[in-house]
Amino acid sequence: MGLVLRNVDKVVDGETHLKGINLAFETGSRNVFLGRTLAGKTSLLRILAGLDRPTRGQILVDDVDVTGVSVRKRGVAMVYQQFINYPSLTVYKNIASPLLRSGMKKADIDRRVRETAEILHLEDLLERLPAELSGGQQQRTAIARALVKDAKLLLLDEPLVNLDYKLREELREELQDIFRQREAIVVYTTTEPAEALMLGGDIVVLDEGCVLQAGPTPEVYRHPATLRVAEVFSDPPINYLSGRIHDNAVYLGSGSDEPVQGITRSLPDGPYRFGVRSHHLFLRPTGERDIEIQAKVTLSEINGSETFLHVTYDDAPLVVQENGVHKFKIGSAIKIYVNPDRFFVYDEAGMLVDSPDR
Amino acid sequence: MRVRKRYIALFFYFLVLVVPIYWMLNMSLRSNADILGTFSLYPSHLTFKNYIKVFTDPTWYSGYINAIIYVTLNTLMSLAFALPAAYAFSRYKFLGDGQMFFWLLTNRMAPPAVFLLPYFQLYSTVNLIDTHIAVALAHCLFNVPLAVWILEGFMSGIPKEIDETAFIDGYSFPRFFFTLFIPLIRAGVGVTAFFCFMFSWVELLFARTLTVTEAKPIVATMTRTISATGLDWGLLAANGILTIVPGALVIWFVRNHLAKGFALGRV
Repeated sequence: MGLVLRNVDKVVDGETHLKGINLAFETGSRNVFLGRTLAGKTSLLRILAGLDRPTRGQILVDDVDVTGVSVRKRGVAMVYQQFINYPSLTVYKNIASPLLRSGMKKADIDRRVRETAEILHLEDLLERLPAELSGGQQQRTAIARALVKDAKLLLLDEPLVNLDYKLREELREELQDIFRQREAIVVYTTTEPAEALMLGGDIVVLDEGCVLQAGPTPEVYRHPATLRVAEVFSDPPINYLSGRIHDNAVYLGSGSDEPVQGITRSLPDGPYRFGVRSHHLFLRPTGERDIEIQAKVTLSEINGSETFLHVTYDDAPLVVQENGVHKFKIGSAIKIYVNPDRFFVYDEAGMLVDSPDR
Repeated sequence: MRVRKRYIALFFYFLVLVVPIYWMLNMSLRSNADILGTFSLYPSHLTFKNYIKVFTDPTWYSGYINAIIYVTLNTLMSLAFALPAAYAFSRYKFLGDGQMFFWLLTNRMAPPAVFLLPYFQLYSTVNLIDTHIAVALAHCLFNVPLAVWILEGFMSGIPKEIDETAFIDGYSFPRFFFTLFIPLIRAGVGVTAFFCFMFSWVELLFARTLTVTEAKPIVATMTRTISATGLDWGLLAANGILTIVPGALVIWFVRNHLAKGFALGRV
């Protein structure tokens, strides 16, 4: 059956950390919690683990209420953002510790520990202490300890965030393989849209303690139900342009009377907001359907081999993501091209009314 | 040149510190007549008479045994009370935790003399006067708060996630506490034990008031050396030297962690 959260609230010292969470997780599913810092990802994870009790609401595992059940009897495994290992035990004993308490036979424990260590490339480090390992190896040890027992619920709280870029890429790929082989509910939290997309599965978008949207990850990416979801699930956050629709013609900006040529949207008349992701804004036309926007450069930042160009158009800030390293003079006027088919259309309340087909 | 000046100052400081101890050592190796008769920078008529007396006369050496018994008792008791208390203060939030934590420290601020009469009266009533446990218990008054403060500092340096991981792994609380947690703060436990030992060892007021003969510690015995023939200087000095020895030994063992202990574990 799986795990169900029913009307879960968490209030700490009068501050609401989580509000009205209703979620269901199927056994064998991969779940990603996506949200900015302080969105409530970790709070929710701790409630799932049984480390914290919800202020209100229930947690059901296979239709049995486990809300007050101690974490020792939950059959969960957890990996923290910080590298948490027992500093006084060797890597081998660290990995073996969940099994030692379960009353397993010594030979079986040994086999399991060595198997798990092999998956995470720790087989040569088993006799070392955690303090003698690099950050990546320490986190591998923590992950190995979580994987060594067959927990029904595997929780990972931003496990790769404190690792350097190269290690992250490497470990992220390995983790995907590991998750695929497991018969457990895997929950993984992250702040990065790219990481969420890479892991796939199902996604829960959290913001300020509320679930904004839940569903299959690609589905949510293509149809972010509200402007806020689109903001959280885009990096850099989605751009939006104010405008209106009149007689199926689209007018951009506040004062323009000229409808944007070539696009029609069969939507009721009224004001709308058009969202477009940064990588759909270009500095050169890419097709005949592109429209041209006159904008002013406010900032240009280089990120790896990409340039993020911050511009303003009609007082609205936009970010253009452009491949390659470019230089722009701040304050100069430039032309930006965008295919209107890429527009997400939101109404005044920020609810999605139309999204691109692909 | 600058370095030199500093060394001169340090040397002077060291001299000031060491002279009294040297003088005590000097006296302990001379006879009374020699001490009172001539001024000498070193023992010209070397004698171990004073030390031999301390080690053969039960009224003297029993003082050391008594002191060691109640100091050990006190150190063990302080740790036994303080370890769980410090864990609670470091890990849990409860009503009035901050106030209670501070109140513990105020026990150290009050002069022990304030508590002397109540202790004496109470222990007389329950027949605890002149027992080792009486002194050990009385010393808990200032050692437990200190131990709680030091241990809390060390414990708060261990991330809470380690506790949680242990519980997720299925450790019971006592098992986690004794097999995983205490090894992590063993330096803290050592430093705490040292401070308890030190304060209990040098404390005179309680130790003297609450004992008569059976549990009388060496510091109390030493204050009673005035006899009809006057002060026994040499014997007193020999005892002084012997009293320093255990402290010096313990300091040697915890020297690397002492600074952290003085900062109550908060470094």
